[in-house]
Amino acid sequence: MNYVTQRLLTFPLILLGVSVLVFFSIRLIPGDAITAMLGTEAGLLTPAQRASLANYFGIDQPVWTQYARWLGGLFHGDLGISVTYGKPVLGVILERFPLTLELALLSVIIALAVGIPAGVYAATHNERASDLGVRLFAMLGQSTPSFVFGLLIIYVMSVYFGVIPALGTFTPIWVDPLANLSQLIFPAITLGFAFAASVTRISRSAMLDVLSDDYVRTARSKGVKARRVIWHHALPNALIPVVTLSGVEFGYLLGGAVIVEQIYALPGIGRLVLDAITQRDYALVEGAVLFIAFNFLIVNLLVDLCYVALDPRIRLGGR
Amino acid sequence: MRILVALIRHPSGRIGALIIALYLVVAVLGAFGITPHNALKQFPIDRLKPPSGTYWFGTDLLGRDTASRLMLGIGQSFVIAFASVALATLAGTIIGLLAAWWSGVWDGVLMRLMDVFLAFPAILLALLIIAIVGPGTFTSVAAIAIVYTPIFARVVRGPALSLKQRDFVDAARTFGSSQWFVLTRHLLLNLVAPLTVQITLALAWALLTEAGLSFLGLGTQPPAPSLGVMLADSKNLMQHAPWLMLFPGLTIMLGILGFNLTGDALRDILDPRTQRRSA
Repeated sequence: MNYVTQRLLTFPLILLGVSVLVFFSIRLIPGDAITAMLGTEAGLLTPAQRASLANYFGIDQPVWTQYARWLGGLFHGDLGISVTYGKPVLGVILERFPLTLELALLSVIIALAVGIPAGVYAATHNERASDLGVRLFAMLGQSTPSFVFGLLIIYVMSVYFGVIPALGTFTPIWVDPLANLSQLIFPAITLGFAFAASVTRISRSAMLDVLSDDYVRTARSKGVKARRVIWHHALPNALIPVVTLSGVEFGYLLGGAVIVEQIYALPGIGRLVLDAITQRDYALVEGAVLFIAFNFLIVNLLVDLCYVALDPRIRLGGR
Repeated sequence: MRILVALIRHPSGRIGALIIALYLVVAVLGAFGITPHNALKQFPIDRLKPPSGTYWFGTDLLGRDTASRLMLGIGQSFVIAFASVALATLAGTIIGLLAAWWSGVWDGVLMRLMDVFLAFPAILLALLIIAIVGPGTFTSVAAIAIVYTPIFARVVRGPALSLKQRDFVDAARTFGSSQWFVLTRHLLLNLVAPLTVQITLALAWALLTEAGLSFLGLGTQPPAPSLGVMLADSKNLMQHAPWLMLFPGLTIMLGILGFNLTGDALRDILDPRTQRRSA
């Protein structure tokens, strides 16, 4: 059984494990969903009304039955009904997902656009002052939490430039691309900054490795121009770890950047989960967390498959 | 001791170790109440005072001294970070060692279980755990520990599997050494290097996660001073009192930087292959 087959076979198993963990851990949350939904008004319900509501949301069944029904529903795209929004969970998630997806893509683009050139530059100027400068930037970037950097951006923009980043609003890109970009650019820079630091470090380290390889030395000794050796011979191979890192980070970002969404008051998946947890919206938490974990696993699987395609040396047991 | 000397000789390791030492001293002083002012006492007349000789880092909306609160906040963050990483190291090492030692079905079961936990973005898993148990210091410790346990299990399992195949382990077993002895003396002792690096880096993540959870209002609960809560409280006041954002932000950043620098230096020291590329 090769590496790809093994990864494909364990994928549904892990997904099943995730569904069990999500479903049963939510059931451990103290308090019941009906009280959470109606607040103090829940006290006005007659026992019959309460039982009828519990029946409607399916929470009057034994927990294993609820799980089996929930799992069965997943195959039909039915993640249940959100008690907060009174709508199907999948619909609520899909409304929020475009923002999260766009934010994740923008952040990764920013990080790669900054990180790869910076990493290559540092590697080709190894141990010089400029290399140390890039490394310092990368270390600071990795050590700056997104909430610190995000607040700093809001402060600097508002106090020194008189520009207050649009908080709390989101216009889909197909409605008004410019408005959309102005709303997402600062959150994307906030997320992209730390990730750019990681990309810089990884690409610098990978470039240093590749630049000392025999084939690069051969190309140099044959008189190939330095610029061509770096960009055509060395970089494609040095990018393999960057692909992995970007994939994993993209998977994380698809889970919603809870804190950055909170700072910029963006209605993304991360905040949806946070709100659903505080509102004890069982079905929404389960659905959204499963959705995030599913995306994360899919992206990781794709990254692994890309990795195998990019580097044929990887085989089962050879990692 | 040899590692400590090497760490101090390492350029970035020296800076990292110095930052951690400084934070530890500040945290201990804070724990013994040796702060410029009472961190919890409100001075209504001195609300939102900018940094001065009396209040080094200014005061907050309730007139509490920021510097004193930072000292206690560092202590709180360190307690949570060290406790959670200690728990994660213990649990992860046990799981990783057993998976490697038993191999076969048990290895598959344990590591797939770890994969299930790794399928969640860290902060999301922590949020889920806090949602179940409720926010607080102990919950933060447990949540961060659970989030990082699978990483330690992976870090331990790989090298433990290859160590298990080595001749000295076979020799020890042939001589009749007990499983416990082989596991602790031959496997665990040889895993100290990768574990040390991982622990230092995990401390940086734990500091970050703790501050993030507190920032969301799900970590340390007021009135206990916490770096994340202080930063969250500063959001609406940043135009009038930027010091309320600046100092907690810098404190969190510098703390994480300290552990990251130390972790990187330790990796250089303990793994000669990476020496050239210390970044």
